[in-house]
Amino acid sequence: MKKLSYIDSVHRDGTIWNLTMMVLMFLYPLTVALIFQAMPDWQALIMGLIATAPMYWAVGVIETITFVPMLGAGGSYLSFVTGNISNLKLPCAINALEQNEVSANSEEGEIISTVAIATSSIVTTVIIIVGVICIVPLTPILEAPVLEPAFAQMLPALFGGLGVAFVSKNWKIAVAPVILMLVLFIFIPALNAGTVGIMVPVSVLFTIGVSRILYKRGVL
Amino acid sequence: MEFYVNHPVLFFLAGVIILAVLGQSVYFLWKAMKRSKELGMDQNKLMKTIRTAAVFTIAPAVSIVISVITLAKSLGIPLPWLRLSVVGSLSYEAIAASNAVSAMGLELGKISELTAQQYVNITLVMTISIMVGIWLVPAISKKLLGGMSNLEAKDKKWADIFQNAMFIGMIAAFLGYVFCDFSMLWNPTEGVAPTTGLIPVCVMGVSAAIMVVLGLAMKKWKWLGDYALPISLVLGMASAIPITALLG
Repeated sequence: MKKLSYIDSVHRDGTIWNLTMMVLMFLYPLTVALIFQAMPDWQALIMGLIATAPMYWAVGVIETITFVPMLGAGGSYLSFVTGNISNLKLPCAINALEQNEVSANSEEGEIISTVAIATSSIVTTVIIIVGVICIVPLTPILEAPVLEPAFAQMLPALFGGLGVAFVSKNWKIAVAPVILMLVLFIFIPALNAGTVGIMVPVSVLFTIGVSRILYKRGVL
Repeated sequence: MEFYVNHPVLFFLAGVIILAVLGQSVYFLWKAMKRSKELGMDQNKLMKTIRTAAVFTIAPAVSIVISVITLAKSLGIPLPWLRLSVVGSLSYEAIAASNAVSAMGLELGKISELTAQQYVNITLVMTISIMVGIWLVPAISKKLLGGMSNLEAKDKKWADIFQNAMFIGMIAAFLGYVFCDFSMLWNPTEGVAPTTGLIPVCVMGVSAAIMVVLGLAMKKWKWLGDYALPISLVLGMASAIPITALLG
């Protein structure tokens, strides 16, 4: 039998893991229903799904198409199971690629981004476990009003640092999308924390378009 | 068996699934490290990558713990623990839970004790709604990444620019988001200080300035480079406390 390449084996293993996780996630409500003998309220379930699922599915499809090429194979399988992609896993991968000066498209890049995302996933999971075990003593500390602004401003603090590191090295690519996004977010009130996820693919497509023009004109 | 939102059975079920998630992360880490040795990659660099990723993750992970605490008030601990360890986020889960209970004619946060049926409905709405990425990645990632490899084979320079453009595009969207309340300066909301919209902008400025200083300091102390992003993140977050007191 032909030996699988590393990337092919990542896709094979990732598929097995993700489908297993999917089954496990469904087992949670099903087991609860069985153990506590509580069938779902079907009508309310359908109504709840109609109100929720179409939007989440649309966002899920767009996020998958947008983020997979940035996360690489291993990083994608992991990130779409563990979540917090744009605010944690992707910045973590971008920083690791930048630090190691490797291209995301290379096998080294694939490995670096998988290592960064897997480490981040492990640390996140462990910290949440510790948080849950210590939830009683931790709650008054973490919910202290003095700390509230710090956690409320996590994204600006994250993208300030990441922006400088990445934009300064690619400023020719960055000028147009940064100006466009600033204008859109300042002048369109509907754009806010809830809609930033939808603007990511818009911004990505725009940046690719501008970069293509600049590349063709020999500016890049 | 009588149901309540913090029943030990629920902790057990959530714990099993979370251990499986941990297992997947450990497996992928092991697999990537093994391959890195086969390729002869510098193991010191990989250890640095692990250290940086771990340190960088601490602050965002603590903010996820805060989200667990927030959601636990209405949903108990096991469900938010599970949902925020697997795929979810605070806003995602809060909306899904709220839609699920309002479809039953109730309001989340105003229910004294959830029944098992309400709990099952909430969990099913959350699970079905959020599942797309988990099955879509196996379905399309090979093709998508194959396309990237073809691009690389055809024109390596453009492939690198393309990849950078995607990263920049994502960062630009979030830089724009930082300014989303900026217009409050000339279009104030009643009861909110007009300068409130400047808070995220100032925090971003502080974090960016710290990164610049660290960039310069790195020339002398190279090791700082490994921790530049986590340091700028934590100091930026810390700066939000006085900035909010001043402008909020």
